[in-house]
Amino acid sequence: MTKRALPTHFVLALIGLVFALPFWMVFVLASWRGGEVLAFPPHLWFGDGLRENWEQLLERIPFARNYFNSFGIATLSTLFNLFFCTMAGYAFAKYRFKGRDFLYGFVIATMAVPGFLNLIPFYKMMVKFGWINTWLPLVVPGMAGAFGIFLMTQFLTNSVPDELLDAARIDGLTEFGILTRIIFPLAKPGLAVLGVVTFVGSWNNFTGPLILLPKVESTTLPVALSALNSRVDNNLGALMLGNALTLLPLIVAFVFFSKRIIAGLTAGAVKQ
Amino acid sequence: MASPAARRQKIAPYVFIAPFFVLFVVFGLYPIGYSIWSSFFSMKLIGNAAPEFVGFKNYVNVLTVDPFFYTALLNTVILLFTGSLLQHFIALPLAILINGRFVRGREIFKTAYFLPYITSTVSVVVIFGTLFDTNYGLVNWAIGLFSDGEKIRWLQEAPGIKAVLSVILNWKFVGFNMVVYLAGLQAIPTELYEAAEVDGAGKLRQHLSITLPLLLPVIFFAVSLSIIGGMQIFEEPYILTGGYDNMGGDQNSGLTVAYYLMFTAFKAYRLGKGSAIAWILFLVILALNAVNRRVTRHLENR
Repeated sequence: MTKRALPTHFVLALIGLVFALPFWMVFVLASWRGGEVLAFPPHLWFGDGLRENWEQLLERIPFARNYFNSFGIATLSTLFNLFFCTMAGYAFAKYRFKGRDFLYGFVIATMAVPGFLNLIPFYKMMVKFGWINTWLPLVVPGMAGAFGIFLMTQFLTNSVPDELLDAARIDGLTEFGILTRIIFPLAKPGLAVLGVVTFVGSWNNFTGPLILLPKVESTTLPVALSALNSRVDNNLGALMLGNALTLLPLIVAFVFFSKRIIAGLTAGAVKQ
Repeated sequence: MASPAARRQKIAPYVFIAPFFVLFVVFGLYPIGYSIWSSFFSMKLIGNAAPEFVGFKNYVNVLTVDPFFYTALLNTVILLFTGSLLQHFIALPLAILINGRFVRGREIFKTAYFLPYITSTVSVVVIFGTLFDTNYGLVNWAIGLFSDGEKIRWLQEAPGIKAVLSVILNWKFVGFNMVVYLAGLQAIPTELYEAAEVDGAGKLRQHLSITLPLLLPVIFFAVSLSIIGGMQIFEEPYILTGGYDNMGGDQNSGLTVAYYLMFTAFKAYRLGKGSAIAWILFLVILALNAVNRRVTRHLENR
């Protein structure tokens, strides 16, 4: 059996290399000046154009503004989801009430509705609301996401004993008090999963800001970078640097929370 | 008469779940209803021109005279196979390989393979665009080491565009499917394999008669997700081929249904027709999933 261990590890490492190569290339190319990014044979090691690329990037798009927008929208989406999804998840997991199963089924079913069905009227609605080029359409409608409710319901069902809640009621805690004083502290591992998953989803969202934030100062990183990508005076070095800086927080977060992120993102597909 | 505390306990769950339902009715249900309604009208996305009722004309138009719709549908189906479904033939063997008893560092491999899934599409597409550059790309450079034929114009010619999109889709999602299959594999009792080994069955035989049948529900689910996601592909071709102005590049090779839907609504501003395309696409996805269900059921009853 061990005679097969070496080739297996070799194959796995080789595939890992194929997966890692594009990431490596983003960071390598971010350090080569615009005119030198494309070379023959291609660069596989770092250059010395980082500073110039940074200046070029700032000259072409309001990069700090875009970063702030991406970060702000992702942070607000995450905070609201943590609150509202835990609240709803608590209700579905720990209360017996009329219509519970039907309503929970309904929440789950909404996840199967593809986004493109309501996108066009949603845009028209946002125009009427005057929400175009603001953070609102990317934060408010998804504040209590169905996926988050599903995740928190699953988590709370198994991790909070009913006796604890009864004891809290006898001690005179209100229903909302139980939520804030008992459920939230106990839900921390679930909140961590939901938090990173929501943040990553918002950070990478492209179609939403593409439609809803058309102004370059109002938009987020992916849309600003894609606009730069299709510009005639595109500076490839600057674009790569922008990409590297967009990827960096994700890669750092992933290194620390990979287990939680993977568990969260496959939660619907993998029974736990 | 119930005590105030008991009454509060009765009302509380409804209050707690209310935010979801309020948001869903306003931002989900209403737009979907509007989408159905608007698909029967000729109306613009912007401006105040009065909508004009046209019955099924938008649908008929898309399905009979529109030159782009079938191109887009064919492209989407091709990419569904070469991009979204092909990777299951990589993901499952990879999961089996990584699940081997003697494999060390399983978590590290899992993490490395999963990373593309959480990467923003723009970064992915830009870097693959560079890797597949005709004159300076790493791919053509590597091919040049083994042959001195003409350089492949990956991004300028129709087959190349589809090939690059397929590579991107495989690279991006195979780790996700691998993790799903890995969880499925770990749920299969190891005694089954031990018994088969005693009976003298080889590895391949074991996987064909134990792994595949027992994993069928997981495969069905993963394939369903791929169909739903694959039929909605928009961001990758949109960014790779340079947006609405290029309509999917050479011979519209990268134009998918979702891409065309976005173009119709947000570039041509035809709201009614865009809504009709959305509902046609929805029905196509439902039909493909029904096919998937039938095939799975057929395999189960074999």
